[in-house]
Amino acid sequence: MGRLSRKVLILFAHPAYHRSRANRAMAEAVRDLDGVTFHDLYEAYPDLLIDVAREQDLLLGHDAVIAQHPFYWYSAPAILKEWQDLVLTHGWAYGRAGRALEGKLWMHALTAGGPQESYGEMGYNRFTVGDLTRPFEATANLCRMRWRDPFIVHASHLNSNQALADAARRYRAQVLGLMREKS
Amino acid sequence: MNQDSFLFEAFVFLAAAIVSVPIAKRLGLGSVLGYLLAGVLIGPFGLKFLGDPEALMHASEFGVVIMLFLIGLELNPAMLWRMRSAIVGLGGAQVLASGGALALAAMGAGLDWRVAVAVGFTLSLSSTAIVMQSLRERGLAQTDAGRGAFSVLLFQDIAVIPMLALFPLLAAAPLAPAGAHATGVAALPAWAQTLAVFGAVAAVVVAGRVLVRPLFRYIARTNLRELFTATALAIVVGVALLMQSVGLSPALGAFVAGVVLADSEYRHELESDIEPFRALLLGLFFISVGAGVDFGLILAQPLMIFTIVAALIAIKAAALFAVARLFGRSAPDAAMIALALAQGGEFAFVLFNFAAQGRVIPEGTAALLVAAVALSMALTPLLMIAAERAPRLFARAEERAAPERLEHETPDVLIAGYGRFGQIVSRLVSINGFAISILDHNADQVELVRGFGAKANYGDASRADMLRVAGADDAKLLVVAVDDQGKALEIVETARRHFPHLKILARAYDRRHAYEMIKREVDGWERETFEGGLRLGAKALRALGFRAHQAERAAGLFRRHDERQLAEMYEHWASDDRDAFRAATVARQGMIEDALKRDLAEHVHRAPDDAWDTESLDEENARLQGGG
Repeated sequence: MGRLSRKVLILFAHPAYHRSRANRAMAEAVRDLDGVTFHDLYEAYPDLLIDVAREQDLLLGHDAVIAQHPFYWYSAPAILKEWQDLVLTHGWAYGRAGRALEGKLWMHALTAGGPQESYGEMGYNRFTVGDLTRPFEATANLCRMRWRDPFIVHASHLNSNQALADAARRYRAQVLGLMREKS
Repeated sequence: MNQDSFLFEAFVFLAAAIVSVPIAKRLGLGSVLGYLLAGVLIGPFGLKFLGDPEALMHASEFGVVIMLFLIGLELNPAMLWRMRSAIVGLGGAQVLASGGALALAAMGAGLDWRVAVAVGFTLSLSSTAIVMQSLRERGLAQTDAGRGAFSVLLFQDIAVIPMLALFPLLAAAPLAPAGAHATGVAALPAWAQTLAVFGAVAAVVVAGRVLVRPLFRYIARTNLRELFTATALAIVVGVALLMQSVGLSPALGAFVAGVVLADSEYRHELESDIEPFRALLLGLFFISVGAGVDFGLILAQPLMIFTIVAALIAIKAAALFAVARLFGRSAPDAAMIALALAQGGEFAFVLFNFAAQGRVIPEGTAALLVAAVALSMALTPLLMIAAERAPRLFARAEERAAPERLEHETPDVLIAGYGRFGQIVSRLVSINGFAISILDHNADQVELVRGFGAKANYGDASRADMLRVAGADDAKLLVVAVDDQGKALEIVETARRHFPHLKILARAYDRRHAYEMIKREVDGWERETFEGGLRLGAKALRALGFRAHQAERAAGLFRRHDERQLAEMYEHWASDDRDAFRAATVARQGMIEDALKRDLAEHVHRAPDDAWDTESLDEENARLQGGG
């Protein structure tokens, strides 16, 4: 991976984008970056009918994948699960011959409803975000992808426009970092 | 015959048929016997309404020609080729065996050997009209036994040609049975005759392949049904005339024409259009046979007639049974074929009369034979009923009918109507690996589909016989996609009545049409413009700034709401209380919009977003943080 800059595919999944302050601000902050492909899943597949070939082509054309979504029920909105089920096929993404994604980076950008302290042994969510994203991590691992810890925005902290702008800026920096990160 | 007497006779025929045929059917005797009895009723020995049964018989023999054409339509060349051994083997052996045995019997009865041979072979022929009509009526025409019987009849029709060539030995005058055979080409040398015969058959085949389809397409475009019928009749009459002119049986020619057209998309339409002519003309034919039975003679010499009839049936049945067994037919099939074909044929009337006129056989003998043949024909339906009472025999015949049908390409789905709607359904279904069979009333559409190699037929899908030929017996599903509302309902009704196993999905024009479909218990329906309007509505929402998924959900909720509302309204509609329905409609009219708005507000703009929106959660968190 001798490239200067990775190409990043952002799989954006939000069924009520028009209602989401945090995700909208974050999306606005990164979607125009050179080398970033912002792929709005609910907009592309309003009927959830994923175009598998197109999705696989997109993956092949990028070096890093960011799944940006609200942390619904400690996971992702339904379309991302649908996407995983259909796109990450045996023999292509995993299995003996499935090496299409080998070496690519995988990261989540989450907006979580609860405050940071709620995620932990003592918090009402009982587990850390790291614990709760294990299925995704295992998925990336099986696909021989390199897992990067999730970028998390706690919506409870976004009680001002300033806080929102900060979060968006941090997200942009994170994406840029991912693009320039040395292999 | 002046106009008045023509109308009077026509009325007498029809009235007699109307009186006797339903009774015969009700009694389980079949329509053939009904017509025969009607003939007896109005004939010289009944009410004496009928002047000249023979003239009528010649006129109505054209019914046999039409019947052979229709039979040909049901047999495409490939199937005919598969039947070749049955036709030549079974048929040939039958004519030789029956003819020989009957000739011996006639010699035994004291006839000169030449006369005996002529009589024997004439009597070896059976009545195509009676046999096929009876087989069809009992649904046996498509069984192995039915096909076998038909093969024999077909060979008999061919065998008439050499017989005619040999029988001049009998008669002083040239044999030219009216309505069956002409002598125009007979004057030519043998090689030219042969050439003419082959030329005529080739002309029929080539014209059927090349000319008839464009002609039908042209006619079908006029959308005048009677013109189509006229064309069909003109073709059959034309072929009959052509065949007659070269000395072939017109029925045989019509059969060839039928076979040539069996693969065409117009087959269905042809069948249903000229079927009534066949039925009526055959009915007339049977009436004339009934009227022609000489009861005076029978009463004068009952024992003699009885002996001849019994001998005729016994000898023919025995010979047929033996031959059929010899050709590998099962015992029940052989018995069935034997009983079905044991009568004398209509050809015998013609031949015996000419023979008598030529004083080849004494007039008394000829009259006896004619009466015997007529009686044997009248007995055929009874013989077949007797055979039917032997249940084992027919159960097995029917069992074998099923695999026979599987030889055809069996469609999974019948699609009635290949317009803008049906095309979408057809493409979706066939691209997913299901075999479809299309019926459409637009010749151009059918032509188009067949160009792509799909199975498509021109015809009216509200006719049970068309659905059947299109494969309704084997298909699982019928999709009614025609644009004519009334026709769509008719198709559903026909299919429900005749093919209860079929699932039916229907295109509905609008709400009320959908009610009609629900009432007819279709398995599914779709209003033709609903989905399209809904999709475009969703696009409108997107154009107005909705997100794709949001528009999708709004449209989906609209559909759900509308369908529930339609189901509710159907209850009012189906109660048959027009006033209550109208009241409910009016009452709902106001509520509909409100209810929908409420629904949309709840479901699209609030409920799902409630789950997906974090607003209330954020507030709670803020309170908690404020409090903590």
